[in-house]
Amino acid sequence: MEISGQNQNFISARDLGVVACTRCTQVWPAGTQICDRCGSTIVARDEKSLQRVWALWLVGLMCYVPANTYPMLQTRTLLSVQEDTIVGGAVELIHHGAVGIAVIILIASVVIPLAKFMAIAFLAISVMRPSSVSSHHRQLLYEVVEYIGRWSMIDIFVVAIMSSLVQLNTLAAVNPGRASLFFALSVIFTMLSAQAFDSRMIWDAQTRQERNPRDE
Amino acid sequence: MNNPAPIPLDELIVCTHCDAVFTLRRPATGERATCARCGSVLITPRRKAGLQIIAVSLAITILIIAATVFPFLSISVAGATNSVSILAAALAFSDGPLIALSLTTAALIIFVPLARVLLTMYVLVPIVLDHPPARGATHAFRFAEKLRPWSMAEIFALGCAVALIKISDLADVSFGPAFWMFAVLVVLIVIQDNVLCRWSVWKSLDKTKTL
Ligand SMILES: [Zn+2]
Ligand SMILES: [Zn+2]
Repeated sequence: MEISGQNQNFISARDLGVVACTRCTQVWPAGTQICDRCGSTIVARDEKSLQRVWALWLVGLMCYVPANTYPMLQTRTLLSVQEDTIVGGAVELIHHGAVGIAVIILIASVVIPLAKFMAIAFLAISVMRPSSVSSHHRQLLYEVVEYIGRWSMIDIFVVAIMSSLVQLNTLAAVNPGRASLFFALSVIFTMLSAQAFDSRMIWDAQTRQERNPRDE
Repeated sequence: MNNPAPIPLDELIVCTHCDAVFTLRRPATGERATCARCGSVLITPRRKAGLQIIAVSLAITILIIAATVFPFLSISVAGATNSVSILAAALAFSDGPLIALSLTTAALIIFVPLARVLLTMYVLVPIVLDHPPARGATHAFRFAEKLRPWSMAEIFALGCAVALIKISDLADVSFGPAFWMFAVLVVLIVIQDNVLCRWSVWKSLDKTKTL
């Protein structure tokens, strides 16, 4: 690679007595409070970050419950009015033969959010105690969570498109249900929770583990 | 500072994902430097990247405005028709507390992507022209980077596909001009995000400041 490492024993910035700005990557002496280049606040390790992660995680989880119990979509046709929850709507789609769409909705609205709650909780717990999962895998998990989490918003956009498009007076109308608000809040809070996590802590734990048996 | 041996801060680069320190060696144009510990991409310089990004940003700005105003999708069932623009779709949550959701949706698919390209142009144009950085350029670029995860145009695009298939057995759907503009827009946004080398931008903002 173009950047020469110190062999396989990587030195962390904190051990070297420097600190890097997480926004613009400029390196400063340890203890610098504010990055002189971009103005971001600098912390060597965000010790309070785990509390923020858990708080936002909890709010996200609490919003996820009503998101599933309230109706997401209300479909009104000449003959009937139908209200569907997220899962109910997907089941309805399977009955109509649209299995592919049902799978996308179920993955984006049920599998990804639940997997994300578990992944964030796992990461937050794993930096507090020795973990059997390697740092590489946990870093990968964190990046996947950050990347995939946003895609849960898709169901909100589907509801938005459908309820603005299907407005045919008496013939048919689709309207958003209350669950849409809770679902959007749940996605936003879990995104904030993942962003609050300081991924450098994943590697601190590894450094501690590697060092302790050798040093003693 | 009373450091025993001063550390050459400018010759170091730190991976912000795993905090590993490396001695800095700039990769050649077209190559990329990755963190040897966790694999994150650190530097990806590209020839004429600045100019390309400005061109793409300009195209994105025009497309966002056009795609927002023109009709996006229209449906018809038994003579009744309805067509909407992207803005109308974003503002679909119109009653009661759902208004907040309307504003959020509009921000995620229109205003955040628009703000990001405008801020990026504001930062990059002076750099490419070899002028000193624009006033507040560092704050502008920091804000643009903060907004990055909240720009969701590509997710909205997939949402369109899902909604269309859901509606298709209920009504006939046809695409307006804005639909095709939006498709191009999503491709451009993804390209722009992947061409931009953040490290190089910060470096050029810094260099000119100390001169
Ligand atoms: Zn900085
Ligand atoms: Zn790294």
